[in-house]
Amino acid sequence: MKITFPHMGNVYIATKAFFEELGQEVVPPPICSRKTLEIGTKNSPETICLPLKIMTGNFVESIKKGADTILLVGSCGPCRFGFYSTLEKHILEDMGYNVDFIVFDPIYEGIKPIKDNIVKVFKVGSIGELIRAGKLSWQIIKTADYITQLSNKVRAYAVDSYQVDLIINSYYRQIEKVYGGEETIELMNKTIDNLNKIKLDNSKEPIKIGLIGEIYTIIEPFVNLEVERKLGHMGVLVEKSLTPTTWVEHHIAKFPFGSKTENEKYRLAKPYLETLVGGHGRETVGSAIYYANKGFDGVIQLLPLNCMPEIVAKSILCNVSKDLNFPIMTLILDEMTGEAGYLTRLEAFVDLLKRRREEKSVG
Amino acid sequence: MAKYYMGIDVGSVSTNIVLMDENNNVHYKKYMRTQGKPIEVLKDGIGEIETLKDDIDIIGVGVTGSGRNLASIIVGADVVKNEITAHAVAGLDFLPDVKTIIEIGGQDSKIIILRDKIVTDFAMNTVCAAGTGSFLDRQAIRLGIDISEFGDLALQSNNSVRIAGRCAVFAESDMIHKQQLGHNQADIAKGLCEALVRNYLNNVGKGKEILSPILFQGGVAANVGIIKAFEETFGEKIYIPDNYDVMGAIGVAILAKEEVKKTGYTKFKGISIHKSNYNVNGFECEGCSNVCEVIEIREDGRILARYGDKCGKWSNSLESKDSKLA
Repeated sequence: MKITFPHMGNVYIATKAFFEELGQEVVPPPICSRKTLEIGTKNSPETICLPLKIMTGNFVESIKKGADTILLVGSCGPCRFGFYSTLEKHILEDMGYNVDFIVFDPIYEGIKPIKDNIVKVFKVGSIGELIRAGKLSWQIIKTADYITQLSNKVRAYAVDSYQVDLIINSYYRQIEKVYGGEETIELMNKTIDNLNKIKLDNSKEPIKIGLIGEIYTIIEPFVNLEVERKLGHMGVLVEKSLTPTTWVEHHIAKFPFGSKTENEKYRLAKPYLETLVGGHGRETVGSAIYYANKGFDGVIQLLPLNCMPEIVAKSILCNVSKDLNFPIMTLILDEMTGEAGYLTRLEAFVDLLKRRREEKSVG
Repeated sequence: MAKYYMGIDVGSVSTNIVLMDENNNVHYKKYMRTQGKPIEVLKDGIGEIETLKDDIDIIGVGVTGSGRNLASIIVGADVVKNEITAHAVAGLDFLPDVKTIIEIGGQDSKIIILRDKIVTDFAMNTVCAAGTGSFLDRQAIRLGIDISEFGDLALQSNNSVRIAGRCAVFAESDMIHKQQLGHNQADIAKGLCEALVRNYLNNVGKGKEILSPILFQGGVAANVGIIKAFEETFGEKIYIPDNYDVMGAIGVAILAKEEVKKTGYTKFKGISIHKSNYNVNGFECEGCSNVCEVIEIREDGRILARYGDKCGKWSNSLESKDSKLA
């Protein structure tokens, strides 16, 4: 059994290490590229949301590298993600690939299927071994997110922000070559050291922007056209409202109560959106208010074309923006890789925030 | 010798150049069709300035538009600004107490909301060009009429035909059906103007508070049919600036003036740049799975800039910071 999984931002780093610790063979999907998108758009339904297209591309690329089992988390909300696994299976079958799908549905769908899946996937000798590997990969997820957040921070303050890119690029290149948890953590620590060595100009007062929206779009740099880098080079301090860490904390570590910040976001969203609309629609609304309260200059909503929960959130965000007098911009992401248009919007948004800040400090 | 600031707006449909004096008066303006050849058009435009006015000194240059980075590499600009900021600056210069700017260009349509001379909000069309000049262009061709007569034709109509404006492709087939039903051209033209306005307001202007005075600029502001459709919708007078079609270039020329005042010199490479040869080559880098499209610009054989690579392998191999655009 050779396992693969969708490529989602830096999650693959921990997943890869996790399975390697358990001594299993994994075929991590190649980093999302134009080719991934091409395969995906060619073989997926035209009007489906972007993540499915990219995932189809991921799977095909992994299968070509030898993978025969696909691992996916499920969902049963109103969002179409819940039926990704079924749809993907059919798409791959139509393309002539016969692969196994193992889907981890949320715990409230019943414990038994999860247990069965665990036995099927992990094939571990003892539950202790599983817990050890699990703890290690949790540490890696947290560190990977820390590196992303640190690089965003350093970019905003650095004398030469392009140095960050050099370090991060080499980190991504080397991560493919290391094996197991220990080597991964060693590489991560080295990367953190390197990032901390970059010369900073602490007199800067960067504009602060929160990235909100659906988790996949926020954490997968290919899909969001590396919006963090682009903003970082404009001297903006970027914070992501959702990361793998916050997701795991909310859905697994703190199950069934949920994490404090996420629950607060539900509470904040309540006057505008009382109920679940699937995906991260409610979190998007809550996050916008959360960042407004935290004194951020503005937020950018990342919306993969056709994403239902985010469309709901988008129309609500107009009112949030008006009520709180808080700038919110929506970027719609799809197949378009002509980045000039996106740069224009980002630049104009940053310009607007800068001028608002100047105005505030004067008047 | 006359001293001028130059503003260049390299858009998808048109490339505009203006020369402006110290008091923001426009002395020369050139509106050209880009036709997918921004470099050629830019060279021609600048070449024309040299032949027309031999006694000039350009003391600051600004570039804007979707081709701004490319243009900046070629001319050596003091300011590279996005279209939204540039249009807002120009709009404010024309009408200092403007509260709403409607800007409709070839591929982009924008709304800019200003309060107390400050941009407080903006929006741009998202993933489709249904509310832009291209939409009208396309339908005019379908109707077999010249785009410059389109607006006047629409004004002749007394009752409009409702045409689906949400998507350019739907609009086209809807329009054809209405033609087959026997509606006359004037009514259809008016219907299209209203469809564009409706789509603009639903798509771009959604959720924005539109207060007067309203300024309407961009190439589409030449269309009297659209102006009337807007005025009917808002029940307000719409202001059209004298140089409505080159507002981006004016805005960025004003910004260049401010920048040059700060720095004290210009980076402009001189008006004779139109005599150089520029070559643009694109290639796919096979270095990793990203397969980036790298673009290389050469000036008389010398590499001027490379960009498009995600990792910096190509752009970092050059000294110049200008090349790090992507």
